[in-house]
Amino acid sequence: MSAKERILAKLGRSLAGTTPLADDYDEALVTAPWAYPPEQRIPRLRELLEAVHGETQLTTAADWPARVVEALAKRGIDELLIAPDTPHGQQFAGHVAEKATAIRLKAYDRPVEEWKDELFFNTPASLTGTLGGIAATGSLIMCPTTSEPRLMSLVPPLHIALLKASEVYDNLYTVLQAQAWAQGLPTNALLVSGPSKTADIQQTLAYGAHGPKELIVLILEDA
Amino acid sequence: MNAPAPTQASTQPPSGATAATHAPAIPMTFKQRAHDAVHDKQLRKNFRGAMDFLMAKRAAQFPDGDEFERLRTFGNHVRARALSKLPELLERLETNLTRNGVKVHWAETVDEANAIVHDIVHAHEAKQVIKGKSMVSEEMEMNHYLEGHGVDCLESDMGEFIVQLGKEKPSHIIMPAIHLNAGQVASLFHDKLEVDYTEDVDRLIQIGRETLRRKFFEADIGVSGVNFAIAETGSLLLVENEGNGRMSTTVPPVHIAVTGIEKVVENLRDVVPLLSLLTRSATGQPITTYVNVISGPRKAEELDGPQEVHLVLLDNGRSQAFADSELRQTLNCIRCGACMNHCPVYTRIGGHAYGTVYPGPIGKIITPHMLGLEETKDLPSASSLCGACGEVCPVRIPIPAILRRLREENVRAPDEAPKYMRGQGSKYSRTEGMAWKGWRLLNTSPRLYRVFKLAATRLSALTPPKLGPWTEHHSAPKAAPRSLHELARDHLGED
Ligand code: SF4
Repeated sequence: MSAKERILAKLGRSLAGTTPLADDYDEALVTAPWAYPPEQRIPRLRELLEAVHGETQLTTAADWPARVVEALAKRGIDELLIAPDTPHGQQFAGHVAEKATAIRLKAYDRPVEEWKDELFFNTPASLTGTLGGIAATGSLIMCPTTSEPRLMSLVPPLHIALLKASEVYDNLYTVLQAQAWAQGLPTNALLVSGPSKTADIQQTLAYGAHGPKELIVLILEDA
Repeated sequence: MNAPAPTQASTQPPSGATAATHAPAIPMTFKQRAHDAVHDKQLRKNFRGAMDFLMAKRAAQFPDGDEFERLRTFGNHVRARALSKLPELLERLETNLTRNGVKVHWAETVDEANAIVHDIVHAHEAKQVIKGKSMVSEEMEMNHYLEGHGVDCLESDMGEFIVQLGKEKPSHIIMPAIHLNAGQVASLFHDKLEVDYTEDVDRLIQIGRETLRRKFFEADIGVSGVNFAIAETGSLLLVENEGNGRMSTTVPPVHIAVTGIEKVVENLRDVVPLLSLLTRSATGQPITTYVNVISGPRKAEELDGPQEVHLVLLDNGRSQAFADSELRQTLNCIRCGACMNHCPVYTRIGGHAYGTVYPGPIGKIITPHMLGLEETKDLPSASSLCGACGEVCPVRIPIPAILRRLREENVRAPDEAPKYMRGQGSKYSRTEGMAWKGWRLLNTSPRLYRVFKLAATRLSALTPPKLGPWTEHHSAPKAAPRSLHELARDHLGED
């Protein structure tokens, strides 16, 4: 017998004569305490994100590229990792070309193995979209894709994320329902709630553990 | 020690600051270790501060007692339902993970689990393994095992990294380096990483970040634990704040997740209440910085992520706990650590004194299944049964009741059937058994009781002044000259 068969046989014997417990899932308990009037969703999300050192800005679908440029200039960063084949990547590239800003754009357009060194040690900032936000916990929803791979939101020290105001949900349960997660998940799905942090030394909170040191969320109020 | 943090980083350790010295090495008994720990002022101070901090953070997350109580019941039902169909869910999990391209392995013992990991490591000729936080890998002593096979195993969670650097073991399941203060970490980094001495926590974390970033980059294999394995979708869910979990499961070409067989839940939506209970109970956060749901290796068109994902499902005594409906509740645990944060014993002796991977209340009820009662016989009685653990447990594990049950298993005759535990009767003593039998007889037969009572009251001068361990900390009991029965009868004027 294999280990699997032995384990399952043992567990099965222990359950002999019992019936599985019924599913008494209490939807109300994971939604009612975490429901907000629409006008409170964004303030709550901002409050929670800012409480953990996330920076949030209200902007618009037309203006956000200027905010990105500002944020980079403020930090003396002149390079940005973008996804050129996404609508927001194209919009930002267009903005940079039009304004002739001195920002160099980099694309994550080849397997990580081919440019790992540069990604790890020479890519100060990235820009990605999101699949929405969660007001209850101040979270961003992200499902990395071929255009915006997993490490794009993790390795660069500054991560700028775009969030459409219309895609801020009340709580995780509503997200799972609205986006039908159980029907099929990508290889990696993430909730991100702030820049990386740790309290492992004497319970003292420090930001920028292994992931981004800074997270800027640009909330597009008209999108 | 514990000098106030200088505003400027100095380059030398202040006198008195020493590197971590609370070695986990265990030649002593639990009682000796506990005794030593209780007298270690620095350790007491570090734990007291940390526990107060964690308790306050948690309390702030549950302002509504009613919501908390109802959510606990919900969490309990979700876990109990999963366990009530565990074999079926494990098979469904395997089927769905396999469909997603994840390879599933089963191990009854830690040796089997290590051998599985080693086979994978060997197949890839890996030399460097980087680990996200995983308590199951601690159970396996995977670092030690792989090092014995010439493979470097580096911890990447900041707390784990610190204890590994100090050649220690984690003292808490959520905050592994909780027994150290910033000064002690500063000395450790100064000694081992040859950096300038600084107690500035931001700087210390940056040193850790820089050191480990290189390692994520170089590692051949990433190892992680799992918080919830979701049968319905074939997914592994991990929570963390640092990003090292995402790094370990994304950067190296191979990801190996190790977990206990009890960690499975039925449906994706089941994680909603559990996640909320877990992060709020553990560190008092509404959610962790990252919730990472992994449902497969890199697809052909994807540009990063591991090429291979493995899941090792480990039994290691869990199926023993599973066999009994009371003990089975132990497996509801979501490893939040709240029971240890609220435990008066853990707070006073710290995590290392237990000498086991899982310290505190959860350690006392799960470890006997992993190591057998013979190795852990003192653990069930290392409790005042104050009940704090049971009150905070987010999935309503009746820890005090289980402790009492383990005490019983500890003193049942080793050959008495049915047998529930390895090491049953490890504290069994024939004399003690006889004494209790005698006591029962005495108290259930009125005539005998009257004779005894007369003897005890009239001959109370003969009570021995020393009564074993009892009189080490108490004065010996002495019977009153006349019994309560007699006094009551007199009082009521009865004869
Ligand atoms: S026993 Fe309960 S309180 Fe303790 S770690 Fe497990 S879930 Fe948390």
